[in-house]
Amino acid sequence: MSAGPVVLRAAGLSKAWSVPVLREISLALEAGEVHVLMGSNGAGKSTLAAILGGLIRADAGAMTLGDLPYAPRSRAAAEGAGVVMVLQEMNLFPGMSLAENLFLDRLPSRFGLLDLAELDRRAGVALSRVGLGDLPPRMPLSRLGVGQRQLIEIARALDRRCRVLMLDEPTAALSARESDLLFDHVRRLVGEGVAVVYVTHRLDELPRIASRVSVLRDGRFVAEHRGGNIAPERLIEEMSGRASPQGSAAAAAPTGDIVLAVTGLERGSRVRGVSLEVRAGEVVGLAGLVGAGRTELLRAIFGADPAAAGSVRVGDGRAGLLRSPRQAVAAGIGLLPEDRRHDGLLLGLPVRVNVLLGAPHPSARGGWIDRPRERSAAEAIRVRVEIDCTSIEQPVGELSGGNQQKVVLGRWLAAGCRVLLCDEPTRGVDAAAKGTIHRLLREFVDRGGGVLLASGELAELRAVCDRVLVMSEGRIVAEFQSGWSDAAVTAAAFGSAGRDAVGAGDDTEQPGSTRR
Amino acid sequence: MNRTRLGEWGVLVLVWLSLVALFGMLAERFLSMATLTTVAGRLPGLAVVAAGMTLVIIAGGIDLSVGSVMALAGAVLGVAIVQGGWPLTAAIPVAILTGASAGLATGLLTVGLRIPSFLVTLGSLEICRGLTYAISGSQTLFIGKVIRPLAQPIPLLGIPPTVPVALIVVIAAQAILSRTVFGRHLVAIGANEPAVRLAGIDTAPPRVAVFVLSGALAGLAAVFASARLGSADPNAGAGLELAAIAAVVIGGTSLSGGTGSVVGSLLGVLVMATLEAGLAQLGASEPLKRIVTGAAIIAAVAADALRRRWEGPRG
Repeated sequence: MSAGPVVLRAAGLSKAWSVPVLREISLALEAGEVHVLMGSNGAGKSTLAAILGGLIRADAGAMTLGDLPYAPRSRAAAEGAGVVMVLQEMNLFPGMSLAENLFLDRLPSRFGLLDLAELDRRAGVALSRVGLGDLPPRMPLSRLGVGQRQLIEIARALDRRCRVLMLDEPTAALSARESDLLFDHVRRLVGEGVAVVYVTHRLDELPRIASRVSVLRDGRFVAEHRGGNIAPERLIEEMSGRASPQGSAAAAAPTGDIVLAVTGLERGSRVRGVSLEVRAGEVVGLAGLVGAGRTELLRAIFGADPAAAGSVRVGDGRAGLLRSPRQAVAAGIGLLPEDRRHDGLLLGLPVRVNVLLGAPHPSARGGWIDRPRERSAAEAIRVRVEIDCTSIEQPVGELSGGNQQKVVLGRWLAAGCRVLLCDEPTRGVDAAAKGTIHRLLREFVDRGGGVLLASGELAELRAVCDRVLVMSEGRIVAEFQSGWSDAAVTAAAFGSAGRDAVGAGDDTEQPGSTRR
Repeated sequence: MNRTRLGEWGVLVLVWLSLVALFGMLAERFLSMATLTTVAGRLPGLAVVAAGMTLVIIAGGIDLSVGSVMALAGAVLGVAIVQGGWPLTAAIPVAILTGASAGLATGLLTVGLRIPSFLVTLGSLEICRGLTYAISGSQTLFIGKVIRPLAQPIPLLGIPPTVPVALIVVIAAQAILSRTVFGRHLVAIGANEPAVRLAGIDTAPPRVAVFVLSGALAGLAAVFASARLGSADPNAGAGLELAAIAAVVIGGTSLSGGTGSVVGSLLGVLVMATLEAGLAQLGASEPLKRIVTGAAIIAAVAADALRRRWEGPRG
C-alpha cells in the first residue's frame, strides 16, 4: 500500500468526561487509505471518531485538514469541510421517503417549490450507488429493514463530496452480500483518493479492507500495523494489554444454593439459548462486546422484554418464563437498568418517592400511606446506601449519577429481592460512588443474595465478580473462574477467531470451562 | 404537602382575592348574596369534573369526553325519573354509574390498545353525544321539582347542598392523590411510566381506574346540572372539557403529567367562575367575556412557565 499525502492530521487530542477517554492522540490520515481503528469497549474509538466528525470537541489538541486548521463546531460544519461520518445510531426519518431522507438538508427547489423530478433523479443515482437502485425513491423509509437503512445512511454520506469518510461499525447490521457491496464502494472511494476511517470489532474484515490498523487502548494508540494481515492473537493481546491478574480475586468458590437458574432462554437474535446459574453469595459477571446481547439477556430474564422460550427459576420457586417485571419482582428479582435516568427514576420526584417505588409500598396500610413511617423508611434506605442529598425531599434529577444509581439500588435492597440484575451499574459514576456500589453489591451477596452483573469494563468485572461469563452474538461462549486475564476474556468476546489464540504462552490464563 | 405546593395555592388565593376586590370596586352589586348564589350554583359541576380531570392529567392522560359523558348521564337520569318513574335514590347512582362505565370503556381502550387517551376520548366524545341524542330523542327532558331541592340555596348560607358535596369530592380526591398508594402510582406513571413498570408495578389498573373516576365525576356533575336547571339538556356540557382543562392548568398541574394538585384545580375553577361572574356584572358582552377568559388562561400558563424557568432545573 503506497502512502498518499496526508489529508487530515491530528495532534495531541485529549478528551475527558469524568475520566480521561482520549490521551494525547496523534493521527495522520492519508489519501487513499482505509484506516481501521480497533479496540475494546471504552478504548476511545467512538470518541475519536466523534471528534473528527464534529460531534464533540476535544479538550486539547489541534487538527488540520489539508493545509488549513480544522476545528468543526458541528456535524454540519465537518460535512461542509468534507469530513463525513456515518453514525452507528441511525439518524433517519421513517415517515419520509427514501429521497427525502437522502437529501433532507439540500432539497432541490425551483421558485420555492420542491423540484420532485430532480429529487427523484438524484435519489436514483445515490441509491444505485449502494446497490439499492431498484427501489423507488418515493418509497417510505419505514418499509426498509435495518440493513437497508444502514445502506441509505451510507448512500447519504457517499453522495457528498468528501475527503474523509468515517464508518462506525457499518457492517454490524448488514448481510454478507450487502457488506461485499459496501466494501466495493469503499475501495472505489479510496481509489479516488478519499481517506476512510473504519471502526470495527470484526477481525475477519481486516484482511479484506484495511490498509492500516491502529489499536486503541485506554485512550492511547498502542500499536499500528501496515496492511490487514495481522495475527488475531496479536491484535487481541494489544487490545487487552498483557494485564497480569491484579489483586482481590474473590474468595473461595461459592457453595451457596442456586438462587437464579436460567435455562434455554431465547429472544430474537440477541439472546440465543442462554443457560446460566447464579448461587447465593456470588456475583457473576457478564462480559461481551457492545451488541453481544448482555442488556437483552438481563431484560429477558426480568420479563421487561419477555423471552420467546426458556425458563427462569428463582430459589426454590417455580420454573417458568417471567412475562412482566411485576412477575419478576414478585419472584424476588430486581433490575438496575442500563439507562437509569430513563428506565429507573422519576427525575422530578423526591428521593423519598423514588426509593419506595415498588410493589407493595412498604409503609402503606390498606392502600393509605402512613406519612411518618414513609419518611423514616425512606430515611433508613438513604442511610443504608449512603445517598448524598440535601434531604429525602430533593428531586433525584438534581443528584449526581452515582447517587442516582444508589437510589435505584436502595429501592431493590428495601424491597428484599434475592437476585439483582445489574446492567452497567457504574457507568457515568464517579470513583467514590463506584466503590460504594461495589461494596453494597458484595454485602448483598454475603447476606445470601445473588448478582448477575453486565459490564463492558473488565476492571469492574475483576473487582467484584466471582466468575465471569462471556457473551458473543447472543450466546454464552465462555466461562472463567477467578484469576482470568483480560486477554482471555477479550479473546472469547471477539468470538472464535480469538478463542483459538487463548492459552498459548500465557500461564495466567485459566479458562474454567469453555461453553458448557 | 410540600412548601412549593402551599406557595402555589397561596398565589392562587391571592389572585382570586384581588379579582374579588377588583370587581367589588368596579361593580356596585358584585359583593352581594346574589353573586354568591350565582357562582355557587355553577361552581360544583365544574369543580368535580376538574377534580377528575386533574387525576387523569397527572397520570399522563387527558379526558376530552367529560362534557358528552355528563350529557349522557343527564339523559339517563332524566329518562329514569321522567319515563321510568324511578326515585332519586335509584336514579342518581345509575347516572353516576353511567359516567363510570363510559370512563371504564375509555380506560380499557386506552390501555388495551395502547392508543393515546387524547384520541380515544376524542372519539368517545362523539359516541356519548350520539347516545345522548338517541336516549333523549334529542329533546330536553323536564324533570321538574323532584330534583330541585339539591340546588336550592340553604337559608342563611346562600349556597345549595351541591357545594359541600363538591368540596367533599375535592378533598377526597386530593387525599387519594397525596395519601394513597394509588395516588402515588398515578403521579409516578405520569412522571415516567416505563420506569414504574420496571419497578415491578402493573400500571394498567391505575390507568384504567383514573378514567373510571373521571367518568363517575362527570356523572355526578350531570346530577348537579339537572338539579340546577330542573331538566336534562342533551346539549349540556358542550365545551366543559376545555373549561375543566383550563382550570386544572391554572391550578398548577402540568399538562405533561407527573405533578399537580386537586386543590389547585379547585382554586382554578374559583378564579374562572369569579372572572365570569364579574365580567357579567360589569355588563361585558359575550365576545369580550370570551376574549378575557382566554387571555386569563394564557396569562396563567405563561406565569407558570416563567416561574419554572426562573427556578431553573430545581423546579
